[in-house]
Amino acid sequence: MKWLLVGIIALANTLGDVLNTAGMKRQGEVDALGLGSWVGMIRKIFRNPYVLGGFAALAVSFFALLSLLSITTVSFAVPATAVSYLVETLLAKYILKEDVRWRRWAAASLVACGVVLLSF
Amino acid sequence: MSSPVNNTNLVTAVNSGKTAESPQQVHATRLLVLLVIASNVLGNVCLSRGMQQVGRIVSASPFDYLRAFLNPWAVLGVCILVIWMLSDLALLSRADLSFVLPVTASAYVLVALGGHFLLHDHISWQRWTGIVLITGGVILAEETPARTTARRPEDWR
Repeated sequence: MKWLLVGIIALANTLGDVLNTAGMKRQGEVDALGLGSWVGMIRKIFRNPYVLGGFAALAVSFFALLSLLSITTVSFAVPATAVSYLVETLLAKYILKEDVRWRRWAAASLVACGVVLLSF
Repeated sequence: MSSPVNNTNLVTAVNSGKTAESPQQVHATRLLVLLVIASNVLGNVCLSRGMQQVGRIVSASPFDYLRAFLNPWAVLGVCILVIWMLSDLALLSRADLSFVLPVTASAYVLVALGGHFLLHDHISWQRWTGIVLITGGVILAEETPARTTARRPEDWR
């Protein structure tokens, strides 16, 4: 049961992050300090199919996480995300067309290994 | 010397369609990174505390999870995680996913160190190694430009 939940969290989380990034890039940049920019962002989200799809995926991931947290501790939930760091970086390069070079690969790998070690 | 307003327009015009970031844009992106990390840590700590008080829930029905919303820590955690979600989306509108992921992973380091120094949690050598590796990853990713994809014409303002 625990590992099934871990799988669901990792898969849904990856899908959600990629959809959200694709959607937010289409929506235009948010100005961090402008309140109007945040309100505009929230309005646009509800007409953005990518972000709505991303939300649906993250909602699945969130309820699976809640469920996992109720039967075990946070540290068990952590390795679920370790694999998704590498998969998401791969998808960022080939689907989102980001410029992923050795620094970002190394960063994603270090974080993935670090996240696994943190669960000990 | 131009007024601040003209100066902003000039900076935006110069950066039109390019991936280079002005100091202001870098500043806004950094601010969002900090907001994402802080809300992630606080939200998860509150939610985790709440869920441990609520007890065991494993169900396919979302209604069974509503019980968690009677717990104030869980409610506070969810509210802070809504802020996290929105700031994460705002950050993703400005920065690459392959930049955001490693950089915001510093939340793990903060949770571990917070547990150690505030709650006196024991940190094994494996966990210390994990903390060092993640910190290394954060520093490496921080050295890359936040955005490498082209902006849309509508963003050129």
